[in-house]
Amino acid sequence: MPSPVSPHVSPGVAPRVLPPVAPLAQDSSPLGMFGYFNDHRDEVLNWLWYHTWLSAVPVVAGLLIALPLGWVARRYRWTYPPLVTAAGLLYTIPSIALFVAMPDILGTQILDPINVAVALTVYSVALLVRVVADGLGAVPDDVAQAATAMGLTRRQRLLKVELPLAVPVIAAGVRVAVVANVSLVAVAGTIGVPNLGQLFTTGFQLSVGSPYYPPITLGIVLCVLLALALDLLVVGGTWLATPWRRAVSGS
Amino acid sequence: MIQWLNDPGNWTASGGILDQLWSHLQYALFALVVATALALPVGLLIGHAGRGRWLVTVANAVRALPVVGLLILLYVMLAPHIHGRGDTVYLLPTEIVLILLAIPPILASTVAGVENVDPAVRDAAAGMGMRGGQVVRRVELPNALPLVFSGVRSATLQVIATATVAAYLGLGGLGRFVYDGQASQNFAERDAGALLVAMLAVAADLVLALAQRYTVSRGVSGRFSRRTLVGDPVATADAPPSTHTA
Repeated sequence: MPSPVSPHVSPGVAPRVLPPVAPLAQDSSPLGMFGYFNDHRDEVLNWLWYHTWLSAVPVVAGLLIALPLGWVARRYRWTYPPLVTAAGLLYTIPSIALFVAMPDILGTQILDPINVAVALTVYSVALLVRVVADGLGAVPDDVAQAATAMGLTRRQRLLKVELPLAVPVIAAGVRVAVVANVSLVAVAGTIGVPNLGQLFTTGFQLSVGSPYYPPITLGIVLCVLLALALDLLVVGGTWLATPWRRAVSGS
Repeated sequence: MIQWLNDPGNWTASGGILDQLWSHLQYALFALVVATALALPVGLLIGHAGRGRWLVTVANAVRALPVVGLLILLYVMLAPHIHGRGDTVYLLPTEIVLILLAIPPILASTVAGVENVDPAVRDAAAGMGMRGGQVVRRVELPNALPLVFSGVRSATLQVIATATVAAYLGLGGLGRFVYDGQASQNFAERDAGALLVAMLAVAADLVLALAQRYTVSRGVSGRFSRRTLVGDPVATADAPPSTHTA
């Protein structure tokens, strides 16, 4: 087995001896990923599981925080520019910087997955505040007025009319956030946080002499499948939450 | 961390902050220039002709690819074919990934920008006798410029952030401090590196915001003021939200 650390590079992870439990698949071509998966099933499924919740939970948490903030930005117009600017500023912070800074802010260990979850929640909020505010703002005025004329209180109008009508716009933002998160979680893998990103670092370390593709291609395929699955979940949820759109299109 | 940043030796040494800052800027700028040169004309054409929207869909699908995985895959693929010393072996895969990363936001927002141009304005331009190329250059591009800038700015943020990850391979740039600091348990260096990347991203965004202010025609920025953009469901729904991939 080649040395796991390349000579002139200091990768982010402290030199890690790969678990010798399973022999490496003989096939080092990209298609060797099936054999690799079979040999390392428990480890890979564990990483996939971490990756899934690290991608999904921050979006849900971010949406829960962004909904009231977006509503405030709509309800009190003067708060819109500062809120959106602040969100944009948060978005300029590179993820790796945020992952690394989180332990100082939260007092956690550097490799604690909580850091990644909190950092990604910050991004999700930053993205979704604007989307929620714009989505609520895109509700036509006459619809809101009709709701008021029918005797709905401001709160009923928000919950029963404005929020449901804003669902398609908000859902578009959620889709972007969830797909971006899958890619971002893998970045955290390069500093050693357990997730599918570790497949890439493993492949990198095993490719010193000659290319060893299986873990790399397996990681890419699993990441794309995960992004697709989470995206479909959001699309399905939107479909269920907007029955009137189906009625209009006649399908 | 402050102490580390205050040590002049850390700034001027070979491979110090100034060196890495310069390398980081070079990597990012090259990728952005190439991506803009590719995506802007294609985006203008798609928006103008109203055909070829599938290209935008394809570009957006690329966003689902994990950047780190792509970077390492390309490195592993190309490394055996690049000989000699120097950074080429790291630089080539990094630039390919950065360019691939910067194209979707620029392409999508350029197309959205051209499609959002008021049809009456386009008709007026044709009515004045402008040919297709003139309409694109003198009417559609200036009108789409605010959205084009939003795409370029979001691409810039992603490229600067992802160039950091390239340090994992062994390339220079500010990411060196983050990964070296992490590997050698020098947390002051690691955190200072993270802070420097964040500051570079904010500074680059400010520069682009200024450029936008001085290049977008006042007639356009007046019409697309924040208030109308917020209230206009078409403009807001079509403007692709920026993404973060690294």
